[in-house]
Amino acid sequence: MDTALNPNHIRFLLDGALWTLVLSLMAFVGGGLGGFAVAMGRIAPSRIIRIVVTGYVQLVQGTPLLVIMFVTYFGLPTLGFSISPMFAAGLSMTIYVSAYLGEIWRGAIESVPRAQWEAAECLAMSRAQRMFKVILPQAIRIATPPTVGFSVQIIKNTSLASVVGFVELTRAGQLVNNSIFEPFTIYLIVAGLYFCLCFPVSLLSRRLERTGSARARNLEALSA
Amino acid sequence: MSIVVLDNVKKSFGAVKVLHGVSFSVAKGQVMALIGASGSGKSTALRCIDRLEQIDSGRIEVCGHQVADPGLDLRKLRLDVGMVFQSYNLFPHLTIEQNIMLGPVSVKRIPRPEAKGIAAEVLAKVGLADKVTAYPEQLSGGQQQRAAIARSLAMQPKVMLFDEVTSALDPKLTGEVLRVIEELARTGMTMIMVTHEMNFARRIADKIVFMHEGKVHEQGGPEILTAPATPELRDFVSNEL
Ligand SMILES: Nc1ncnc2c1ncn2[C@@H]1O[C@H](COP(=O)(O)OP(=O)(O)OP(=O)(O)O)[C@@H](O)[C@H]1O
Ligand SMILES: [Mg+2]
Repeated sequence: MDTALNPNHIRFLLDGALWTLVLSLMAFVGGGLGGFAVAMGRIAPSRIIRIVVTGYVQLVQGTPLLVIMFVTYFGLPTLGFSISPMFAAGLSMTIYVSAYLGEIWRGAIESVPRAQWEAAECLAMSRAQRMFKVILPQAIRIATPPTVGFSVQIIKNTSLASVVGFVELTRAGQLVNNSIFEPFTIYLIVAGLYFCLCFPVSLLSRRLERTGSARARNLEALSA
Repeated sequence: MSIVVLDNVKKSFGAVKVLHGVSFSVAKGQVMALIGASGSGKSTALRCIDRLEQIDSGRIEVCGHQVADPGLDLRKLRLDVGMVFQSYNLFPHLTIEQNIMLGPVSVKRIPRPEAKGIAAEVLAKVGLADKVTAYPEQLSGGQQQRAAIARSLAMQPKVMLFDEVTSALDPKLTGEVLRVIEELARTGMTMIMVTHEMNFARRIADKIVFMHEGKVHEQGGPEILTAPATPELRDFVSNEL
């Protein structure tokens, strides 16, 4: 094997970046659905549901993502489930992301003034109607900047999937390095690729935050 | 026939007793002004009528609904009761028209074109026919409050509750909101309004209920504002004017 960095290595790294993107999207979609369920559960009228969901959030937030990866990849097979590295990584990320997004979204929902709930209640709207037609549309605006900001964390955290043998960008870098031993060059390239994935997202997040606070200022100026 | 009856209603928040046995009634078509010092329990009484708060004991009947009954269908109660708040509470993500159509369309299942017609009608009534596509943040406080009244009217309630709906407004904007309420009173709407506008209360209310320390201290026709029977009401009236 050639010991210099060649276009095949680069292509391999780019493939890895693509899988990082795929895993990030899986994490975002799965974690988004789970996160919505978590947010609803955290504010559910039923005490039992609230306690169970709060327990889930505390448990997940108190566990390193790396350990969640180990539990799903090495633990689940001992229970008789055979799972691929990709499934293990996707499931772990979903669990992890759902707890964090769920909390971000619960905060956003709770920051919609109580009076909005009451106004909707006085119009005889059902709880579901109040939630979907009045509260969530307002909460989504509040939640968008932190959600996009958290997406950067999701992308970076997919690198932990390398430990369960999923060949995403970090793992791809390790594999290339194993064959040509140029860690400085290779990991700089890997870092550069992560930056290319994350930068547009963090740019978007910063822009959303700016327009969000400009909007809030305008509102204040109007009501003053 | 009474549309709203409160009978010995008691309500505490934790250790704080707020209503110590409140009783009053409002007949169909009557306009009642609920007055009293800050903290006397006016808002709480109003909120109990719409079951935004549950009472500890006593009885509340609204349009035939036993409001304190835990098994009450809240939806039916709220179809009969309209409520307008001091802080307007319009939905900021919807236009004025959408704000008004939301209840009729999603709760009463009225078809959109028809609901649009209702919106146009109530907006004309409050003098906001040209604000259909505006968002709440683009309106003045007085306009927002009139839109909130229109939103409530669009549900065709049998009784309307107003909680200090002009307290956040300057005198000019207060005037335009009061004119809308006065017009509503003329059309025979049953209303309970918490207000600090004594002149307005005297002019349009059929009945004045004065609350003091969680109780109805004095009640009667508008004349009790000019000739109070109790020293508490006398003090209150002279402070308000
Ligand atoms: N949710 C609540 N929890 C605890 N205490 C409350 C709550 N709502 C009202 N209170 C208390 O009940 C008392 C009566 O309040 P209420 O708002 O009914 O008075 P009010 O007559 O409407 O006064 P204002 O003219 O200032 O609006 C006050 O002492 C208030 O602090
Ligand atoms: Mg009050």
